[in-house]
Amino acid sequence: MNTKKDDSISAMCTVSIGEAGKTGDWRSLRPVINHDKCIPSVKKKSACFLCWLYCPEGVVKATVPVEIDLDYCKGCGICAEECPAKAINMVREGEKHE
Amino acid sequence: MSNVQIMTGNQAAAIGAKLSGVQVVAAYPITPQSQLAEIISQYIEGGELKAEYVRVEGEHSALTVCISASTVGARVFTATSANGLLYMHEQLHWAAGSRLPIVMCCVNRGVGAPWTIFNDQQDSISQRDTGWIQIYCRNNQEILDTIIQSYRIAEEVYAPIMVCYDGFVLSHTMMPVDIPDQETVREFLPPYQAHTILSPEDPRTLNAVLFPWRRANSAGVLCDGYMEMRYKLQAALERSPAVIQETNSRFAEVFGRDHGGLSWGYRMEDAELVMTGMGSIASEATQAADMLREEGIKAGVVGIRVFRPFPAKELKEAFRGAKGIVIFEKGISYGYEGALCSDLKAAFYRSENQAPVHNYIAGLGGRDVKARELADAARASWMEMQTGIVEKPTTWLNCYTG
Repeated sequence: MNTKKDDSISAMCTVSIGEAGKTGDWRSLRPVINHDKCIPSVKKKSACFLCWLYCPEGVVKATVPVEIDLDYCKGCGICAEECPAKAINMVREGEKHE
Repeated sequence: MSNVQIMTGNQAAAIGAKLSGVQVVAAYPITPQSQLAEIISQYIEGGELKAEYVRVEGEHSALTVCISASTVGARVFTATSANGLLYMHEQLHWAAGSRLPIVMCCVNRGVGAPWTIFNDQQDSISQRDTGWIQIYCRNNQEILDTIIQSYRIAEEVYAPIMVCYDGFVLSHTMMPVDIPDQETVREFLPPYQAHTILSPEDPRTLNAVLFPWRRANSAGVLCDGYMEMRYKLQAALERSPAVIQETNSRFAEVFGRDHGGLSWGYRMEDAELVMTGMGSIASEATQAADMLREEGIKAGVVGIRVFRPFPAKELKEAFRGAKGIVIFEKGISYGYEGALCSDLKAAFYRSENQAPVHNYIAGLGGRDVKARELADAARASWMEMQTGIVEKPTTWLNCYTG
């Protein structure tokens, strides 16, 4: 007995970014930051970051300027909803924004 | 050297689990399983069995505890009956899908509504499609031995096993049982090796959502999707009959007892009328076969031990020569017929064996069925088959059907 063991005998993921694949391709709406309004960009220092705090996917980077990792952003729009400066617009994927 | 003691089926099961060196037990008491849970808790409390008994508030949690403990490398045991088993249903699928070699006794009891505490096999039959191996025992010795065998089988194919035995008929009936020596069992049953070792150094997310298609993981390696994982479970069960037979043969060599592997036969050498069933009713049919033999009918019995995986190939061989088949079942697939009957007929599809098959539903909710009643039913069917009655509606034995 004792046949060769299958390394993926049950469904397992390691704890690392992208383990479930590029989940950003589920997105139909893309967040676009207007840095003329975004508070950290305007103040040129760490501030606000409510988008970072509320993002359920953890794909917002609390940097100046704020960055969103579109490889994994699913386009839920919570950041846009929470942004007090109304600096984030949700733009349909495949469409241009000005 | 034998060590024969008189005991109930529940006690035999408890000893089987103890000899197998189970490390974690989580069970919730339900008639007729209760005594089994009690005996094991006594073993643990008294220090006879070095294991942890996790007290839980219900069967769903009992199996969940077993799933968790098995995942991190413990040999686990649980047991239940009837509605307790049904309450576990979701976790039955989870255990099988996680490929965990959990062994559980199902002390067969009819399911409510209406309430019954008495024996039939509707509980385990209705869990047929959960990915568990199901083995039905016919006496208390077989219960003890099957539990030991089951750990060996389950840990080889990484699939959970339900060891089924009839409530009260076996669970509360005392019989002589030869208790194997602990050291010999230890040699027969190597220590459990989990298929995946979880550790803080190598953390994993287990059974996260899988999408319809395969996916590339963070290292770019293409990983199985849901359908591939499900296929692997099916492949494991398809492979298991060979492992069950090998384990049975090895067990027979070491302990001197052969329970038949996938099925067993009684007076089958020249049998024309073959009675079949699972568990104690098949055992009882051997008496009916003796009665019919005395009347000059060449009767025999095939007892089916393993219901899932369904050993279609082996059963075709076991029934070779049968001119009439009578199936006694303690359960039914409502709206059709006995589940065993359907499976057996499917096994014979386009094979040489086109013997007529008559299906009897018997003993639901503990309704008594005597060996002579099985003989009467089989004789009646045999006569009908002689007169060309091949198809016959499912017959409810000893039941007022108006």
